[in-house]
Amino acid sequence: MTQDPNADAQVAPTEVGANAAESGERQLAPEVSDAYSSHEVPGSGRHHSVSELGHAASTLDPDAPAVLTVDNLKMYFPVRSSGVVRRTIGHVQAVDGISFEVPKGGSLGLVGESGCGKSTTGRLITRLYKPTGGSMMFEGNDLAKLSNKEMKPLRRDVQMIFQDPYTSLNPRHTVGTIVGAPLEVHKIVPKNQVLSRVQELLEVVGLNPEHYNRYPNEFSGGQRQRIGIARALTLNPKVLVADEPVSALDVSIQAQVVNLLQDIQREFDVAFLFIAHDLAIVRHFCPEIAVMYLGKIVEIGDRETIYSRPHHPYTQALLSAVPDVKQAAVGGRRERIRLEGDVPSPINPPSGCRFRTRCQFAQEICAKVEPPLLQIGKRHKVACHFAGELGAHPAAPVTTDLLGVDDQGSPVPGATPSNTQLTIPGYEKTWYDLHTKQTTGV
Amino acid sequence: MTSVPMTQSAVSEGSASEGPLLVVEDLKVTFPTEDGPVTAVSGLSYSVERGKTLGIVGESGSGKSVSSMAVMGLHDAKSAQISGSIRVGGTEVVGLGESKMRALRGNSMAMIFQDALAALHPFYKIGKQLEEAYLVHHSSASKRDARRKAIEMLDRVGIPQPDRRVDDYPHQFSGGMRQRAMIAMGLINDPSLLIADEPTTALDVTVQAQILDLLQDLQREFNSAVIIITHDLGVIAEMADDVLVMYAGRCVEYGTVKQILTAPEMPYTWGLLSSVPDVLASTDARLIPIPGNPPSLLRPPSGCSFHPRCVHSDKVPGDLCRTELPPLLPASVGAAHLRRCHLADPSAVYQSEVLPEIAPDLVEETR
Repeated sequence: MTQDPNADAQVAPTEVGANAAESGERQLAPEVSDAYSSHEVPGSGRHHSVSELGHAASTLDPDAPAVLTVDNLKMYFPVRSSGVVRRTIGHVQAVDGISFEVPKGGSLGLVGESGCGKSTTGRLITRLYKPTGGSMMFEGNDLAKLSNKEMKPLRRDVQMIFQDPYTSLNPRHTVGTIVGAPLEVHKIVPKNQVLSRVQELLEVVGLNPEHYNRYPNEFSGGQRQRIGIARALTLNPKVLVADEPVSALDVSIQAQVVNLLQDIQREFDVAFLFIAHDLAIVRHFCPEIAVMYLGKIVEIGDRETIYSRPHHPYTQALLSAVPDVKQAAVGGRRERIRLEGDVPSPINPPSGCRFRTRCQFAQEICAKVEPPLLQIGKRHKVACHFAGELGAHPAAPVTTDLLGVDDQGSPVPGATPSNTQLTIPGYEKTWYDLHTKQTTGV
Repeated sequence: MTSVPMTQSAVSEGSASEGPLLVVEDLKVTFPTEDGPVTAVSGLSYSVERGKTLGIVGESGSGKSVSSMAVMGLHDAKSAQISGSIRVGGTEVVGLGESKMRALRGNSMAMIFQDALAALHPFYKIGKQLEEAYLVHHSSASKRDARRKAIEMLDRVGIPQPDRRVDDYPHQFSGGMRQRAMIAMGLINDPSLLIADEPTTALDVTVQAQILDLLQDLQREFNSAVIIITHDLGVIAEMADDVLVMYAGRCVEYGTVKQILTAPEMPYTWGLLSSVPDVLASTDARLIPIPGNPPSLLRPPSGCSFHPRCVHSDKVPGDLCRTELPPLLPASVGAAHLRRCHLADPSAVYQSEVLPEIAPDLVEETR
């Protein structure tokens, strides 16, 4: 096997981090993901061993502090009547009270069907929309409350990677202008240094730095997405919102971009909010995953829990719908939970639990009382009255004691709801055990 | 193994009516462009029987859509040069006149497109578009018959209240419903061959599962031959009987779904398998991209068209990969499994080098 001579010379991530810290300024390292640089692959006799090219799934650091804390975030879009006087006749409850934390240098995955509010969440965090309610704490600032002017310096730290690399790059601007624009907006480096910085960035994302003068149409889809990533990295963000970053790309290119994002995360300690509908990609990239349905988080937890022991019927249905390559060895289709119908309208969502109209376990209580997002494990929260593993859903609602209601969802006289820990963004040290119906801890 | 790409001798003997429904032989499609001719598909042969599903996998530009559009006769005769042979139920399609082609298209074969919103006409009601598809091939039918048939088909594909929704416009349907409406349109004349070009790519997983279920039920009901074009290997695994892997306009591997996905023998197929994560796989599995980009068909690479991106070409003695196009030969196990690669023992390389990286759990099982 011919080894690539440059492979050994690649800069080790830790070294770069240390150097940057020493010099007291955040700077990007050149010559990172050399192995992925697409412009160098063909024909020059360069070969890489298989393992050198690949990346295993990201791992979870349970002690990492939260860089972004979202609490009870809401976004209602007004629906206006037609005619001359456009009165507001309702609201699309796109995001309705969601809470989560994004750990420093970690990544949280956001999955769900189209229309569940996952992209809206991403746009709220980057403040492309101003939220209707709730808070988004980032380094002591509440992003939800800041005015556009106060927001400007913080925009450096929260950047976004868009889904479609064909529409998110201005076709009339050169790559150099596109990637360099944030530097000029925020006046970070003197004008004469913009070019060298742009070239540095292009190298980081595996593009030929000499191509800064080209236009987006001269690049392939995967390369364009790299340009988008370079632009998002220009200002050294601390949080990157990646909204379906690979779904517009070819399969063989998807893996290149996912690996590049993993490299970038390792290198620059960026936290990711990774929004995607491809459950397999999210599983690979995110050690922690939140499942959304109709504007609410229905289940959130670590990868192992969500994918192997999901407790919410929706998560279970979603996972069972994913076609599996390994099925080829068996033949035929996998057994699956069939979800009937479409997602209800977010203008007038179902009362109580929003999933109840499509849920096979739904009972009276589900229509009357909304299930709280209850912590039921060390890193696992679920919002369901009948939460349980697949095939082991309890017959009686598990939440009655906490909510002070009976099995039909009617309030019990004299009972006091004890939902103290129900809505905090992170995880508590103690949780509600589904089997003993007691609060337990480690 | 039910369908094999036919060799020249086998075809001349077999009678067309009893053999496979669709036989494609040595298909070549060339488009003249300003920069010179582009050969989008070359030397492609496959066949599909009634009641069976063929999956075609490949990246964009690999020729999978071009080849199936040639089957449907959708290429402009003025600009596309098509050679080889395509026979649908014994009728030679290549070189067939437009009026005869029209009688065949939509009647004995139909196509479902990826983007239902773009494929349905935004100005006409769903029902109108379905009725038109029916009336074209049933000249004696009345408008009322056509409408009844349209409602019946919408009901068949699972659209609620079909008698009311038949008067809706495409924009009033959700993504999944639009795709269902298009399937209804494709099936309204009970075609014996259905080509589904990325039928679920733009859909959510739950809707995708519904559509795939529907396609499978309908195939069983009408006993039609189905070609499903996709880049999602999971869909292939659950839907297809046979798989054709295409790269740069050529077939690089062909076999049953089990052969292709559990014992692939072509580095490009390995690359496809290793570049998609799996929802059930071990988290130790690595995601290994195929380096580089798909080649330009204007100047296709010499020799094996995959060699510039292949990490295993150094295992082939000499410059063979770069100079000579590997023939499509039977793989080590099963004559029905064909592959186009110079590697002497690809299955050994797969077992020892690729599998440990992409599915460490499977390696331990086999030991």
